[in-house]
Amino acid sequence: MTNSKNEMISAGDGSPKMTTRNVNVFYGDKQAINDVSIDVNMDNVTAFIGPSGCGKSTFLRCLNRMNDTIPIAKVTGEITLEGEDIYSPTMDVVQLRARVGMVFQKPNPFPKSIYDNVAYGPRIHGLAAGKDELDNIVETSLQRAGLWGEVKDRLLDSGTALSGGQQQRLCIARAIAVDPEVILMDEPCSALDPIATAKIEELIHEIRGRYAIVIVTHNMQQAARVSQRTAFFHLGTLVEYGETSEIFTNPTETQTRDYITGRYG
Amino acid sequence: MSPTGTEHTVKAFDSDINELRGMVAEIGGRSEQAIAKSMRALENHDLVLAAEVVAEDKLIDDLEKRIDDLTFQTIALRAPMADDLRELIATFKISGVVERIGDYAKNIAKRVPLITQAHSLGPISLLPSMSKIASELVRDSLDAFARRDADLAMEVNRRDQIVDDFYNSIFRAVITHMIENPKDIGEAAHLLFIAKNLERIGDHATNVAEMVYFAATGEPMPERSRGDNPTDLLDDALSDEAD
Ligand SMILES: Nc1ncnc2c1ncn2[C@@H]1O[C@H](COP(=O)(O)OP(=O)(O)OP(=O)(O)O)[C@@H](O)[C@H]1O
Ligand SMILES: [Mg+2]
Repeated sequence: MTNSKNEMISAGDGSPKMTTRNVNVFYGDKQAINDVSIDVNMDNVTAFIGPSGCGKSTFLRCLNRMNDTIPIAKVTGEITLEGEDIYSPTMDVVQLRARVGMVFQKPNPFPKSIYDNVAYGPRIHGLAAGKDELDNIVETSLQRAGLWGEVKDRLLDSGTALSGGQQQRLCIARAIAVDPEVILMDEPCSALDPIATAKIEELIHEIRGRYAIVIVTHNMQQAARVSQRTAFFHLGTLVEYGETSEIFTNPTETQTRDYITGRYG
Repeated sequence: MSPTGTEHTVKAFDSDINELRGMVAEIGGRSEQAIAKSMRALENHDLVLAAEVVAEDKLIDDLEKRIDDLTFQTIALRAPMADDLRELIATFKISGVVERIGDYAKNIAKRVPLITQAHSLGPISLLPSMSKIASELVRDSLDAFARRDADLAMEVNRRDQIVDDFYNSIFRAVITHMIENPKDIGEAAHLLFIAKNLERIGDHATNVAEMVYFAATGEPMPERSRGDNPTDLLDDALSDEAD
């Protein structure tokens, strides 16, 4: 294999939605991410894989400054969204998190109605001029999240009364409702059964291209199924980043191969 | 926790893979033996030995099916990735190719009773050397699989040219013999088919070698450049005679 260092930085065709350069993350004295440079492309779903504790979530949280909420966390290096430095003092973090939405491992709907869960973001960001427009956003978002058919007759029921898989799709609808550019998903299916998982994967497939998507997953088959680019992390470093089809059939690095073939520790 | 490079965390996966490798070695050994026996039967006009080769082909067929079943099951249950996936796909394809090699040996054995005047067919003297190389290719391609040896696989691919050259010489010699001895045409035709079977065995060993190369490296084997071959067109007309 040639040029794997260059390969690590490139994100495929087209100009990158987000770039990261020489990113380091420290929790106090402990370094959790070591000099990671990666691009995230609009046309691709990017998967982050790697053993537990390798820093996937830490790195993902850098992309919308969720690490700011952890007092001992310190991030260095450069991260841009559409060429704009997201760590610059002029960056509005609330605005940033609307542009770079996040879906967590455990579905976390607000204890409000299904409608209000989805309408929440558009309301605080003033995205809808009136009731009709808000209704419209809620419906479109639920449709994109593949949930509309199941909830359209019970929009005023509590979001927490839905099944786990439905709650996760509600959270995705909530992220979509503010019309983000990037959606970060941290193990979004780990609490779901295979059918609910398949629905989320189908939904990722449906919305890809409209949003840049980055997904952290422990499920190798899931990474292979949903992503076009895969990044393998190990002990805080980026070991390999390339085409998903290549990573899973013919990885360049032995560490990647050992991990994805189940020969790891 | 550190990468071990060899064993899987799930040990049962290794035992499936080892069982498959054992079966591939066995089907390879059996087909190699079938070639040797069929050639011995031909040289000695030994009809009993020829019948044995035909009967034993059933074992090769059964083995192919068992390999395919276990490969299929392993892929379904273990969802292999990277070199594991490549090896299992190669195993699946190799078992089919080796089974075909067995069929060619069987086809040679079936012709043994039809060649009664071996002593008068001059070109037959080239067959033992040709079959020796063809079986070497079969053995080496399967050794390459067992050792994941991409270099040996390349070597098999290269040496297949020798088998092709033998075939071309025999082809010309047989045609000449037919012209000079029209009464031998029937038996000489069988002789030509036997040479053709050996030539196909060489090609199949090359196919195995190509899969070994892919399994070992993840890349397709670089093409061997084939010189223009005067008998290619006639070859197509003769086509595959094996069953
Ligand atoms: N809030 C925190 N404070 C201190 N250390 C942390 C914190 N969060 C994570 N770490 C440490 O940083 C390292 C990377 O953790 P991270 O959660 O990013 O790993 P991960 O790859 O997401 O693991 P998993 O697959 O288990 O979710 C680990 O050593 C972890 O202990
Ligand atoms: Mg994590």
